[in-house]
Amino acid sequence: MVGIFQSWNIALSIFNLCLISAVMTMGANIQWGYAGLINFGIMGYTALGGLAAVLISVDPVQEAWRAGGFDILMSLWLIVVMVLVIRFILKRFEKSKIRTYSIAAIIISGILLIRFSAEPGIEAIEAVDPAKTGFLGGFGLPIIFSWIVGALFAGGLAFIVGKVALGLRADYLAIATLLISEIVIAIIKHEDWLTRGVKNVIGLKRPAPYEVDLQTTDWFIKLVEKFNAGKLSVIENLADRQAALNQLVIEGSSVFVKLCYSGLFLVVVIILLILTQKALYSPWGRMMRAIRDNEEAANAMGKNVVKQHLLIFILGSAIVGVAGAMLVTQDGLFTPGSYRPMRYTFLIWVMVIVGGSGNNFGAILGGFVVWFLWIEAAPISLFLINFFTAGIPETNALKAHLIESVPYFRFLLMGLGLLFIMRYRPKGILPEKIEIK
Amino acid sequence: MDFVNAIILLLNYIFIPALTYGSQLALGAIFVTLIYGILRFANFATGDMMSFGTMATILFTWYFQSLGVSLGVLPTALLAIPFGIIFMILYMLIIDKFVFKYYRHQKSPPVQFAMVSIGVMFVTQAVVRIIIGPGDRRFFDGEKFIIKAREFKEMTGLNEGLALKSTQVLTIFVTIVLVSLLFWFLNRTKTGKSMKAYSDNEDLALLSGIDPKKIVLVTWVIAGILATIGGALYGLDKSFKPFTYFNNMLPIFAAAIVGGIGNPFGAFLGGYVIAFSEILLTYAYKKFFMYVLPESMEPNSLVQLLSTDYKFAVSFSILVIVLIYRPSGIFKGKVL
Repeated sequence: MVGIFQSWNIALSIFNLCLISAVMTMGANIQWGYAGLINFGIMGYTALGGLAAVLISVDPVQEAWRAGGFDILMSLWLIVVMVLVIRFILKRFEKSKIRTYSIAAIIISGILLIRFSAEPGIEAIEAVDPAKTGFLGGFGLPIIFSWIVGALFAGGLAFIVGKVALGLRADYLAIATLLISEIVIAIIKHEDWLTRGVKNVIGLKRPAPYEVDLQTTDWFIKLVEKFNAGKLSVIENLADRQAALNQLVIEGSSVFVKLCYSGLFLVVVIILLILTQKALYSPWGRMMRAIRDNEEAANAMGKNVVKQHLLIFILGSAIVGVAGAMLVTQDGLFTPGSYRPMRYTFLIWVMVIVGGSGNNFGAILGGFVVWFLWIEAAPISLFLINFFTAGIPETNALKAHLIESVPYFRFLLMGLGLLFIMRYRPKGILPEKIEIK
Repeated sequence: MDFVNAIILLLNYIFIPALTYGSQLALGAIFVTLIYGILRFANFATGDMMSFGTMATILFTWYFQSLGVSLGVLPTALLAIPFGIIFMILYMLIIDKFVFKYYRHQKSPPVQFAMVSIGVMFVTQAVVRIIIGPGDRRFFDGEKFIIKAREFKEMTGLNEGLALKSTQVLTIFVTIVLVSLLFWFLNRTKTGKSMKAYSDNEDLALLSGIDPKKIVLVTWVIAGILATIGGALYGLDKSFKPFTYFNNMLPIFAAAIVGGIGNPFGAFLGGYVIAFSEILLTYAYKKFFMYVLPESMEPNSLVQLLSTDYKFAVSFSILVIVLIYRPSGIFKGKVL
C-alpha cells in the first residue's frame, strides 16, 4: 500500500524494519508468552547485537592494537583472574559476613587496579587518528557472522542478568532489567576504545551488493531494462530512453539492495518461526507453560523452575541480540546514542502485547502492525488534522501548532492502542492457542 | 586556610548540588512509593506525569508573566504551582477513572498494571509533546543567586567561591516543608493512618470500614502534589525537557527501591542516597587533594573514581546491589 502511495523504496525499508521488529518481538514473546518472564532490557540486548556487528565486521586497527592492545589484554586477563578468585572464594568458604566483605573488597580493588592499568592503553588507543578510528576495530570478518555472535553476546549478558535478577518479583524484574540495560548502553556509549562511543561507527560492510556497483553491472542493467520494457518502448528518442533507463537503474539498484536484505531477514524470521513453533508444541514447551501457569505445581512435579527460567531468559535475549545485529547490518552504521528505551524496549513490548503473547504468529503480526503504524502515524495524523481542520485557515495558530507536532501523535496512537488492547482484548489480536489432545 | 578552602570546595561542588538533586529525587520517589504501597503497582508513567505537572505549571507561569504578575525576587512559577497541581490531579483522576479503576476492580496482577501504566506513559508523553513541544524550556525568573561565587570570595578572602543558587535553597526548603507536612498527615491524621492500614493489609482495612474510594482519591491527590512540585523544582533548577523527565524516572525508581518500596520515609532518604553516591563517585577530587595534602604528595591524575558519563549507571548499580542483597531496601519496606 505504501508502495503505491509513497514509493517502493520506502515500502521496502519499512518492510525490512518490520521483519527486524518481528524478530525482536519473537525474542520478547518467548520470555513473556512462554514463561511469563518480564524483560524490559530489550534495548541492552539490541545494542549488544549491534556491538557484535561492529566487532565482527570492522577491520582491525593495527596501529591502535600496537598502541594500547597490550594494556587492554592485561586488563581482560585481570578481570578473568578476579572472577576466578571470587568463584574460588565462593566455593571454598562458608557463607559469612567476612566472605561477603572480602568479595566486595576484591571487586572494588580489582576495579581500581583495572582502571589504573587500562588508563594509558585506553588513552593511547583513543588518540590514534580520533577522527577516523580511535578504537581497536574488529576482526574484519563478513558481517553475517555477527548475527550469531550477537546472539552469543546477548545470551552471555542474559546469563549474568538472569543469575542476578530472576529471583525477583515480576515488576521488580522489569525495573531491574530496564536499569541494567541502561548500564549496558552507558558502557557502550562511553567506552570509546571499544565502540567509538557517540562518535558512531559508519560504513560497515554489507552482505548485499552496493548500489554504485550495481549501477555499472551489465546483468543488472539488462534486468531493469527487461522489467521496464513496456515503459521504455513508449519513449521514441534514443537519448531520452537512455536517460530514463539510467534513472530506473538508480532507483532499481536501491530497491534491489533492500530486496537482498529482505531475503536475508525473511530467512532468519522463517527459521526462527519454525524453531519456536516446534519448541512451543514440544514437551519442553508444555513444561514452560506449566511453569508459567503454576510455578509451585511445576516445581512439585520435579521441574527445575530456576534453571528453565534462566534458559528461556538466555534464549529470548539471544534472539533479540540477533535482531540487534540485523538492525546494524541493514543500517550499515552503529550509533550508540540512538538506543533509547522508548524505541527499543517499550515499543517492542507494545508489539508483544498487541500481537498476542504466547503466539509466535501473533508476535510477528504485532511486529508488522505496530512498526507500520509507528512509521505511518505521522502521515496519517497529518492527513486527519488537515481533514478535520479543512475549514480553518492556514494561519490559525492552533492548526499550525497541531501540524508542527504531528510526529508526536505516534506516541498517542501507540498508547491508546496498547490501552484498548489491554482492556478489550487482553490476550492480543492473535491469542495463544493451545491444543489439548 | 587550605582546609577551609577544601571544605568550601566540597560544599560547592558536592554537598549543595547533591542535596538539591536528592530533594528532587526524593519527592519523585515518595510519589512512586505511595502509588506502589496503596495502589500496588510500579508506575512507569512517573517521569511523564511529573513532566505533565511541570508543563501545566509552565503554562500558568507564562500566563502570569503575560499579565505582569510576579513575585519579585522569587520565581513566578511558585505562584503557578498550585494551579499546575490542580491540573495534574485532574489529569491523574481522569486517567484513574478510565484506565486504572477497571484493573483495580478486576484485581489484576501487578504486572498487568505495569503494562497499563506503560500505555499511560505513551499517552502522557504524546500529550505533553503535542501541547508544549519536545524542546528545552527555561521558565525561571527572579533573582538567580543568593550568594555569587565572586562575592563570596571577596567577602571571606578564600580562594574557593561558594555559589548558592536561589533555586537550590528553594528546592531544599520546599522539600523539607512538604515532606514534614506529608509525614504529619500520614502519621497523625485519621485519613493518613487509614491509608497506611490500607497499604499494610487491604482486606483488614476494608473490614474495619475504611472507604477504598476515598483512599484512592487521597492517594492521587498527594501524588499529584508531589509530582508537580518535584517536577517544577527540577525544571526551575535545571530546565524543562520532556525527555529528561522520562529519563529521571530511572533514578527515581532506584531511590524508591533502595529506600524500601512502600515506605515513604525510606524513599525520602533513598533519594539522597542515590544523589550523593552519584555525585561522590563521579567527582574529580584533584583540587580537593591539592588543598588537603602537602605539595609533594599532590596527585597528577584527576582522582576521579568514575567518569561523569557513568552518573546514571552508578545509581542503577546501587539498585542492583540492593536488590540482590537486601530486596526489601535499606529501610524495611515490602518484602519482594
